[in-house]
Amino acid sequence: MSAQRGRVLVAMSGGVDSSVAALLLKEQGYEVIGAHMKLWDFVDVGGDIHRDGRCCTIDSITDCRFVCDAIDAPFYVLNLSAEFKETVIDNFVSEYRDGRTPNPCVRCNIDVKWDAFLDKATALGCDYIATGHYAIIEQNDEHRWVIRKGIDGTRDQSYVLWGLRQEALARTLMPLGSMTKKEVRALAEKYDLRTAAKPESREICFVADNDYRRFLSEFEAKRGRTFAPGPIVDPTGRVLGQHRGTAFYTIGQRKGLGIAHPTPLYVQEIDVSRNRVVVGCNDTLYHNTAEAENLNWLAFRAVEADFEAEVKIRYLHTPAPAIVRPLADNRVSIDFSDPQRAITPGQTVCFYDGNTLLGGGILSSQT
Amino acid sequence: MDRLYLDHNATTPTAPEVVDAMLPYLGTNFGNAGSVHSFGRDAKVALETAREEIASLVNADPSEIYFTSGGTESDNIAVYGTTLRLAKRRPHLIVGAAEHHAVLEPAEHLQKKHGLELDLLPVDRQCFSSVETLRRLLRDSTSLVSVMHANNEVGTVQDIAAMAQAAHERGALFHTDAVQTVGKLPIDVKAMDLDLMSFTAHKIYGPKGIGALFVRSGVKVDPLMLGGAQEKGRRPGTSNVAGAVGFAAALRLAARCCADDARRIGRLANNLMDQVTARIPETVIHSPRDHRLPQTVNLSFVGVEGEPVILQLDLEGIAISSGSACTSGATEPSHVLAAMGVERAVALGALRISLGRSTAEADVDRLLHVLPPIVERLRAMTSGTAGVR
Repeated sequence: MSAQRGRVLVAMSGGVDSSVAALLLKEQGYEVIGAHMKLWDFVDVGGDIHRDGRCCTIDSITDCRFVCDAIDAPFYVLNLSAEFKETVIDNFVSEYRDGRTPNPCVRCNIDVKWDAFLDKATALGCDYIATGHYAIIEQNDEHRWVIRKGIDGTRDQSYVLWGLRQEALARTLMPLGSMTKKEVRALAEKYDLRTAAKPESREICFVADNDYRRFLSEFEAKRGRTFAPGPIVDPTGRVLGQHRGTAFYTIGQRKGLGIAHPTPLYVQEIDVSRNRVVVGCNDTLYHNTAEAENLNWLAFRAVEADFEAEVKIRYLHTPAPAIVRPLADNRVSIDFSDPQRAITPGQTVCFYDGNTLLGGGILSSQT
Repeated sequence: MDRLYLDHNATTPTAPEVVDAMLPYLGTNFGNAGSVHSFGRDAKVALETAREEIASLVNADPSEIYFTSGGTESDNIAVYGTTLRLAKRRPHLIVGAAEHHAVLEPAEHLQKKHGLELDLLPVDRQCFSSVETLRRLLRDSTSLVSVMHANNEVGTVQDIAAMAQAAHERGALFHTDAVQTVGKLPIDVKAMDLDLMSFTAHKIYGPKGIGALFVRSGVKVDPLMLGGAQEKGRRPGTSNVAGAVGFAAALRLAARCCADDARRIGRLANNLMDQVTARIPETVIHSPRDHRLPQTVNLSFVGVEGEPVILQLDLEGIAISSGSACTSGATEPSHVLAAMGVERAVALGALRISLGRSTAEADVDRLLHVLPPIVERLRAMTSGTAGVR
């Protein structure tokens, strides 16, 4: 068993990316151990048990097994479903209840992958953990661990990694950051990995049918909880229709409002305290400023003065220039040079300097 | 790296003698035991010879031995096949609280879906059940009592004969899951007064996929599957001739070395318990010292979860388990330890080490050498070192 470069626990989903990550680390001389995180059960989250090929299904676990067998690495299934339920799923539900739109993958990274999973790795005597994220981890001039965007621009996943602490980053390997997806697939084919041609999965893993409203209803119904219907109003307070519960709406949403109106209407505010959904025309979705909270800085210890950054407010958003100003209680205000559409509380915000992720947080409001 | 197998309660390596006995029936003697021609006759003779041998080794009549796919199927037939047909007159059944899930889940299913009344026979801190308690639970409407002979996780051996007697006093049938004991401890179905007994080949160096259900002559059991006359209609399906032949060979072999094995392995296991307790502070032994399936040692190290110990030992080439292989991967502590009243945190640390015919003193020493530093390191590890909350 060669371990010149240390022992590494590779988080394997059953997809092509983590398979190739394991392969590459093995080739680089690490002692690789594959591990699949069992995060949820169909019994608990509902959905269609017969849809396969996804993370946390038996088929995915079997794919991991075959890949690890092919690269001669031990493989284990680690059950982290209690941690996942307590942090990610419960947070997902409570955020929607609070009128916010959560990023469960971000929570999972912070609270499960780079916490419970890292602990499991330590317990197994591993020096590192590794994932198949398209991002680059490196140290800056101040010896702080930062994340750079993966070189495959369309695949960059730095946006979901802002929450990682320095100690966690120091022990993390992401071997795919300097590769393109095409190269990854080619490598998987070259080594005949059975996951080489597996399709992408980009939806929320525990909402297998991609219908988060169905998930919320069922999940809460099992606990005897319901959602209170209420009015959909325009910005002046005029009632235009009825909503099924504010949790089922998200800022910028146009479809499913059930209102006949001469011009398209969009959700512009979710007012939980008055149980109202406020809608308006497209123009009302644009705002110049926002606030963010729960910040984690990678490039520096803390923000002491205003700085310029490119700010990304959702997964498929092109970062926009802004001035970031420190506020009390680990919060910042963000002044965009140009107004931004549908700034959504609960969503992740990331601050970049070019390709370098400086840090991130959670959007708390638009103003 | 030399691998060391210490998980013999999960399964055992197939003995070379068993493989040799089976090979002709995986090759030239491939016939279907139900066929009329010479190929079929050859297979049928082999099947019935195996049945006779197996029957004689547990003191049953060959007509009382039904081949199945293994312990789980035997347990299911025993529980469903008796209780449902008696449900009108006797709607009550009793099963041990620490039974294998192959008994527990059918019993719970009968309660939920068929409205039968179910009582669980409690176990004490060492997994023993008392005959007195059983007597209190028994009713005139009890159709079946099912208590396993030796527990697969902790190895506790119950006084089955006394329980069978108690059941019979009230006119109930008595079934025992003897998957862990047939071939390891002396079994006499007549002396123990059993009505039904499940047992299997792969726990005694035989092949997987073959087991048997002993059904005392005169006891009525309905089949779970329909569609053939094999096993007198109680277990239809093409006979697994090679499996049956292997099963008989394994049992023959076991009968020869059973007593010596038990003594030798028992000494090794007792030594293991003593040494682990001496070398690792705060070791909790869940297995009883006496009346134990000799090869089984179940223990916890306080403050240490079982999973990382098992995985680290695996990385060192040593195979042990946390409990039943049928439930591994679950985050809930073992239902056996829960039934024994073991505190949840301690139960989550449970490790099952099960020795076997090939286990030598040096193997136990190797485990004793590797284990203490792993436990020490895990105890020293402070959790929650990463991520942001």
